[in-house]
Amino acid sequence: MQIYLPIAEVSVNAFLLLGLGGFVGVLSGMFGVGGGFLMTPLLFFIGIPPAVAVATEANQIVASSFSGALAHLRRKTVDLKMGTVLLGGGLIGAVLGLYVFNYLKALGQVDLLVKLCYVVFLGVIGTLMLVESLNAIRRARSKTNVINRTNRHKGLVHTLPLKMRFKTSGLYISVIPPFAVGIFVGILSAIMGVGGGFIMVPAMIYILGMPTKVVVGTSLFQIIFVTGFTTLLHATTNYTVDIALAVLLLIGGVIGAQVGTQIGAKMQAEQLRILLSVLVLLVCLKLAMDLLIEPAELFSLGKLGI
Amino acid sequence: MRILSLVILCLMLSKTVVASEQIVLGLSQDEVAITANFDGSQILLFGAIQRDAPEPDGKMGVIITIAGPSKPIAVRKKEKRFGIWVNNQTVEVDAAPSFYAVATNAPFSEILLDVEDLRNKISIERAIRSVGAPMHIENSQSFTEAVIRIRKDQKLYQLLENEILVDQNTLFRTAIDMPANLTEGDYFTKIFLTRDGEIVSQFDTTIDVKKVGLERFLFNLSRQNPLIYGLMSLAIAIFAGWVASSFFRYIRHT
Repeated sequence: MQIYLPIAEVSVNAFLLLGLGGFVGVLSGMFGVGGGFLMTPLLFFIGIPPAVAVATEANQIVASSFSGALAHLRRKTVDLKMGTVLLGGGLIGAVLGLYVFNYLKALGQVDLLVKLCYVVFLGVIGTLMLVESLNAIRRARSKTNVINRTNRHKGLVHTLPLKMRFKTSGLYISVIPPFAVGIFVGILSAIMGVGGGFIMVPAMIYILGMPTKVVVGTSLFQIIFVTGFTTLLHATTNYTVDIALAVLLLIGGVIGAQVGTQIGAKMQAEQLRILLSVLVLLVCLKLAMDLLIEPAELFSLGKLGI
Repeated sequence: MRILSLVILCLMLSKTVVASEQIVLGLSQDEVAITANFDGSQILLFGAIQRDAPEPDGKMGVIITIAGPSKPIAVRKKEKRFGIWVNNQTVEVDAAPSFYAVATNAPFSEILLDVEDLRNKISIERAIRSVGAPMHIENSQSFTEAVIRIRKDQKLYQLLENEILVDQNTLFRTAIDMPANLTEGDYFTKIFLTRDGEIVSQFDTTIDVKKVGLERFLFNLSRQNPLIYGLMSLAIAIFAGWVASSFFRYIRHT
């Protein structure tokens, strides 16, 4: 069944969009990522104009992360206090990121820089997570005593001022690192057009030392607000939010997120991380190939001034 | 989407041409409505040649062109820099039609003289090239060729040679497929009648392509009240998330 999207101005198969939404929704629920880093390139593939894909994806992430976050709230696996601190940084970061984005747009190379951002961040994070998870599994199997992972960064997060107690996470740390993480992720999410969960989740685990089970819910919680803010920014400045596209994606997405949350609760944390890291590396590889291999069509058409 | 109603417009020639032959045209529709399930459209064009005198000698040709609204486009060329492929050169084409179809009743070059093509900008190459590319970039012609190549692949530019059927040198008809990714606006339709490659009669009309119903409402809202549109998008997203969450909880508890 073909459906015409009023803002994107293209006709696409409705079931394809529902399926894509569902697939990415499952991942969203499992890993606590918004899924934008995966969905945005997929939308490019099926012929949605990039500007519309990025803006609409933000709107769709609001739905799937809200659905996922509710499930986590009921299981009490959301650190609301930590989420609020991260969110405060995230909103400031999103505004800063928008300025950076517009500056790059003026230089005329925004496409390339967005893709390079994807390749670098996905590559680094994917590799780190994979190595870390594999090591953890190997350690668990050999049953040798090793230093607790969270102890490594104790120096930094414990010596800074403005300490606060985060009961749900079982942490007593300075608010400066989580606030800075929030700003950093906010900037990246505005530039790359994603929720930023794929950066937020590892940052919470490896920099802040939060327990993995709390990380997913807390990430989803703050993603709702950052992507909601981004949606409004896009809708009011670029007019690129396609509500029909968003509805189709989010119908699949919210259902998928629920399924994903159930799967995530039954799987072990290390297995989850290996899966996510492999996925991140695959997307990174695909984007890197696009940059490295000579394209079949050297020319591309674009609208002026966008 | 196929034609719902067959609106036959028998419009007389708008401007007087000296020749004794005139075109009378009928369109299956003078409006293309973009609805929620729009998946392209097929326009039937049919007409007759009205003669005051016996048919003159010379090979007769019928050419129909449909041109969508022209919008400026940026044509970018990728080049290898530091091992990766990046957009390097950009040529701005001031105005190239978003859709352009040329249908003929015989091979194009047999029924239209090059000088007439040059004057009236009928062939795809002439319709694009007429806008002119800036001269400071070498090989700028390859950029206009790229526009034609890319849009031909997307069925936005079509050369339909021998696609017009002519009966008894009087009645002609053809069908032109318009793809789903149409730009809204006026589609200028021209019919040329040629004798030995020279244009003897021309008929102009317009096909209006526009969004209707929900498509129109959403598009207008997003442009006129972007904040309300954005808040509405968010409200739908939050509501959908809540419904899904509650629904799955309900299933699990029963």
